[in-house]
Amino acid sequence: MPGSPSDPYDVAVVGAGPAGLAAATTAADHGCATVLLDGAGGPGGQYWRSAPGTAGPGTDPTTDRAGPGRVLAGLLADLDRVDVRTRHEVWSIQAEPAGFVVRAQVDVAEIASRARTLVLAPGAHDRQLPFPGWDLPGVVAAGGLQALAKEHGVLPGRRVVVAGTGPFLLPVAGAVIARGGTVVAVAEAGDGTGWLRDPAVLMGTPGRVRDAVAYAAVLARHGVPFLRRTGVVEAVGDDCGVTAAVLARLDGAGRPDGGSRHTVDCDVVATGWGFTPRLDLPLGLGCATRADLDGSLVVAVTARQETSVPGCFAAGEATGVGGAELAVVEGRLAGLAAAIRLGNAPSDPPPARLLRRRRSLRRFAALMHAAHPVPPGWPAWLDERTTMCRCEEVSVADVDEAVTDLGVTDPRTVKLLTRCGMGWCQGRICGEPLARLVAARTSTPYDPMSMATRPVAVPLTLGALATGPS
Amino acid sequence: MTESLSFDGTVVTFRPGQTIGAALLASGTRSWRTTRRNGRLRGLFCGIGVCFDCLLTVDGIPDQRACLVEARDGMQVRTQQGVGRAGLAV
Repeated sequence: MPGSPSDPYDVAVVGAGPAGLAAATTAADHGCATVLLDGAGGPGGQYWRSAPGTAGPGTDPTTDRAGPGRVLAGLLADLDRVDVRTRHEVWSIQAEPAGFVVRAQVDVAEIASRARTLVLAPGAHDRQLPFPGWDLPGVVAAGGLQALAKEHGVLPGRRVVVAGTGPFLLPVAGAVIARGGTVVAVAEAGDGTGWLRDPAVLMGTPGRVRDAVAYAAVLARHGVPFLRRTGVVEAVGDDCGVTAAVLARLDGAGRPDGGSRHTVDCDVVATGWGFTPRLDLPLGLGCATRADLDGSLVVAVTARQETSVPGCFAAGEATGVGGAELAVVEGRLAGLAAAIRLGNAPSDPPPARLLRRRRSLRRFAALMHAAHPVPPGWPAWLDERTTMCRCEEVSVADVDEAVTDLGVTDPRTVKLLTRCGMGWCQGRICGEPLARLVAARTSTPYDPMSMATRPVAVPLTLGALATGPS
Repeated sequence: MTESLSFDGTVVTFRPGQTIGAALLASGTRSWRTTRRNGRLRGLFCGIGVCFDCLLTVDGIPDQRACLVEARDGMQVRTQQGVGRAGLAV
């Protein structure tokens, strides 16, 4: 049986988004026996979402531009040589002498697959920064709102404020409009001038620029105010959820100007501050990491996308947030490198075309991170009752008590004293903001590693653990 | 074609392929869980299975993520109050 100790796969790819699809199809093209595992019900990842039962996204419904759906269609057509395992939530990967054991939860059962080489493409989720009222029903992650709108055709309300920073806010607003919702405002913390620092980079990625222009045109056509240097500093609500958002002008560091506070009626607030790569599996495996330009912890890789663990490659957002096109290029390079390592492809240098594309897309990502940083002054909009940890209901006051009264200077000790980051989500949402807040309160450097380690990547039942893998 | 599930005894219709969370939001329900300490209302937040805020009880099994679990015809879905142990003796 493929994946058993006596018949391991050549390549196991974890994550079926753009990077994982590209890696799996490339490895299979080189004759590698390849398995592709993903927790979702179908391939595509968070980026390529489509309404259930449709053939996949062809044209972007907001801008009418033929989108990267064609790339997806090509990758999906190539998948017939890949063993695709959907609804497999990988919770642990271990290295062993002959390769890797990938353990996944399927419903309540546990399945182990063995492979000689590994490509990790775990993707990312929206980065969040807490603000007063962010735990009210109706406040959602920008990516979550897009998933609802694009995949399920559902909006969680009618009047939406989109806030945070980064180019992703535009397609989220576009998805709301396409579903017939009203975007009350898009509040962007940055001022946009960061994009102009290096026009040569933009000229190297004209597709990105055309996308932005197309989305901006849609917003303008629907009269949506795009407010620069503005943030949602509070969500206001009642027993049923959000009823309004408080907007304020932000200074260059992201601190709100109290005199500019004004309230707008809405029933949805969607926020996103860029993306946080999902590093549970690479960290559990012992892959070396580094801090990226946006402060994210990312996997350190070589020019061939290999991690510090021999035979383990990584691609996509896990190696630095840069978008789907970069993820596809990295995935192709990782799949090729795995094939070379297995002796299924000649050990030539990677195709120059892919290396050039990766270089220009990484430069675009660097410009994006510089133009849309996490504003260092964000703690200024917190009040003492603001929830920091949604799972364990830890407030800013609880964190401040640990820092001020107990003299704690690192986020891990704050976590142990307050339970901030110890709940169901294991600090995936509040861990990074906690590390940033403690750093700000104690005037110490922010360390993205401090709240990142999670040995068990997915909650699993004791029963599944006790029964062991099949 | 639409199918339906039972949400605390109320009929909620959905389109095949939708998650429970999408079906509830489409029916106008914004929250379906209360927190353990302060009894605060919670619904869908991250929408992609990361935050565990949208937990509810599906066919007697608690702590299911509404944003991930696909709605099925005849499913018995219940709001989740507090600790989320449903009828389990733990």
